[in-house]
Amino acid sequence: MRSKSASTFRRSIALHAVLVPLAIVWLFPIWMMVVFSTMPENAIFSPNIHLIPSDRFWENFLILQADTDFLRTIFVSVVVALVYTVLSVMLTSMAGWALARYSFAGKGLVLSIILGTLTLPYFVVVIPQFIMVARDFGLSNTWFALIVPPLFNSLGVLFMRQSFSMMPAELFDAARVEGVREWRIFLFVGMPLARPTLAALSIILFLASWNNYLWPLLINNRPDMMTAPVALGSLIGLTKVSWGGIMVGAVLLTAPMIAVFVLLQRHFIAGIAAGAVK
Amino acid sequence: MRMRTRAAYGFLAPYLLIFATFWVWPIIYSFYLSFLATRIQPWSFNPAVTWGRLVVDPAFLNALRNTLIILVIQVPVMIALATLLAVLLNSQLLKARGIMRFAFFAPVVVGEAAYAAVFRLMFNADFGVINKIIGSIGLPPVAWFGNPTAAMALIMMAVTWRWVGYNAIIILSGLQAIPQDVYEAATLDRVSKPRQFFFITLPLLRPIILFCVVLSIIGTMQLFAEPFLITNRGGPGQATETLGLFLYRQGFTVLNFGYASAVAYTIAALAILISLANLWLGRSAK
Repeated sequence: MRSKSASTFRRSIALHAVLVPLAIVWLFPIWMMVVFSTMPENAIFSPNIHLIPSDRFWENFLILQADTDFLRTIFVSVVVALVYTVLSVMLTSMAGWALARYSFAGKGLVLSIILGTLTLPYFVVVIPQFIMVARDFGLSNTWFALIVPPLFNSLGVLFMRQSFSMMPAELFDAARVEGVREWRIFLFVGMPLARPTLAALSIILFLASWNNYLWPLLINNRPDMMTAPVALGSLIGLTKVSWGGIMVGAVLLTAPMIAVFVLLQRHFIAGIAAGAVK
Repeated sequence: MRMRTRAAYGFLAPYLLIFATFWVWPIIYSFYLSFLATRIQPWSFNPAVTWGRLVVDPAFLNALRNTLIILVIQVPVMIALATLLAVLLNSQLLKARGIMRFAFFAPVVVGEAAYAAVFRLMFNADFGVINKIIGSIGLPPVAWFGNPTAAMALIMMAVTWRWVGYNAIIILSGLQAIPQDVYEAATLDRVSKPRQFFFITLPLLRPIILFCVVLSIIGTMQLFAEPFLITNRGGPGQATETLGLFLYRQGFTVLNFGYASAVAYTIAALAILISLANLWLGRSAK
């Protein structure tokens, strides 16, 4: 028995000897993001190593706000992510419900198109999407352009279909016998039962929209309709720019998502485990 | 019954409208575009300047080569690391599990612009903290943004930092689905822990690891934001230009939509072919 606990002890040491240094390396960029955001410019570009936060966060924020109206871009990002998440959850839930609980002509076709094109790279559609929205519709720099085209994402459909199809049919049949309308069954019986899936899906969609970079970069370039990641990215390319300010922007973009991750870790991990990002 | 069919179409219609407009139609339209010369008005059918140009365009071949180098080096390293992390994070012996998970999973929520900014500053050749650390142990500084090899290594490190936790989460969920009694039986039969890993865990994880490999291949084929933001538009020169960045340039800097569509379809075809090859290899190795 004694030898067994000794070997357990050795394995525990080995485990932590590998994992602790790796964890420090992995946390380092996030830590440095915070450190940089609090440092004056001349300390960032000095020969000394600074690993402890300083006290210039507010000053750096003011510089960032002057360089680009960052609060406005955060506002655009929040509105886009919220509206996108609500719309996408509604649309994909309804579609998932139809595909899970009804049989109708064309169902197999719709499912096979969704599944067959699921892994197609987004780049295949980005040029036609751009031509359509920017040239044909003339809708660059609009809320529509930011929110509506990305709603094509079909992972919610598969996610919700999976969730709805695992529910016992008797539940809904009982309501039908009592004459409850189909849309009420969906809204008041099906949706509440799918709450854990809805939570995971919402978090994943919100995160995807919040961090979306390529499409907002292409379609909206007017400063007052830029999302925060695009505004931040445009600063990175400049030569005369405050890096402390950029780092404040990075912290403001990252901190809310880290908070969401910490508070809702279970749903978050469930969402990723189901392959629901991208 | 007819009422119920009508209800089904009603539920499906709003999503289907968006899906058809912004996904199915663009897929078809993009294929059509890839045969058009789009640099002169009106656009005309001329696949020689799109598909024909691909095989002789040195800039495209350079981007293809860079992408494949990243694919061959970064994806296997990341998947191996993700598997290791998943197994270690799943261990009963692990202390401070919450912090450990946080360390590796938190990068998953960090946006591309934010992490690109931090990496650019950390790896700054003159004042970056990485070169200061390298210098403090007596090694010469690395020109992360000036040396082509170093710049490629930087891109691969950045992508690995960002995505390893994502893959570890998926593999971890696969690990937790393996019934415990398999291991209990193996322990009773005095099978050592390393042998349990290679002869029980890995074979059972094979499908989920293959899933991660395919996701990573598709992701790497579309790599864009990292070379765009971290190495400043694929620098130094075109040393870190990827297919994604090349497509962006052709499509949205030069506005050559036809050629860019041919590139897009090449990316898709390669992603599908390499994924299928991996699935096939993964299966036949069994």
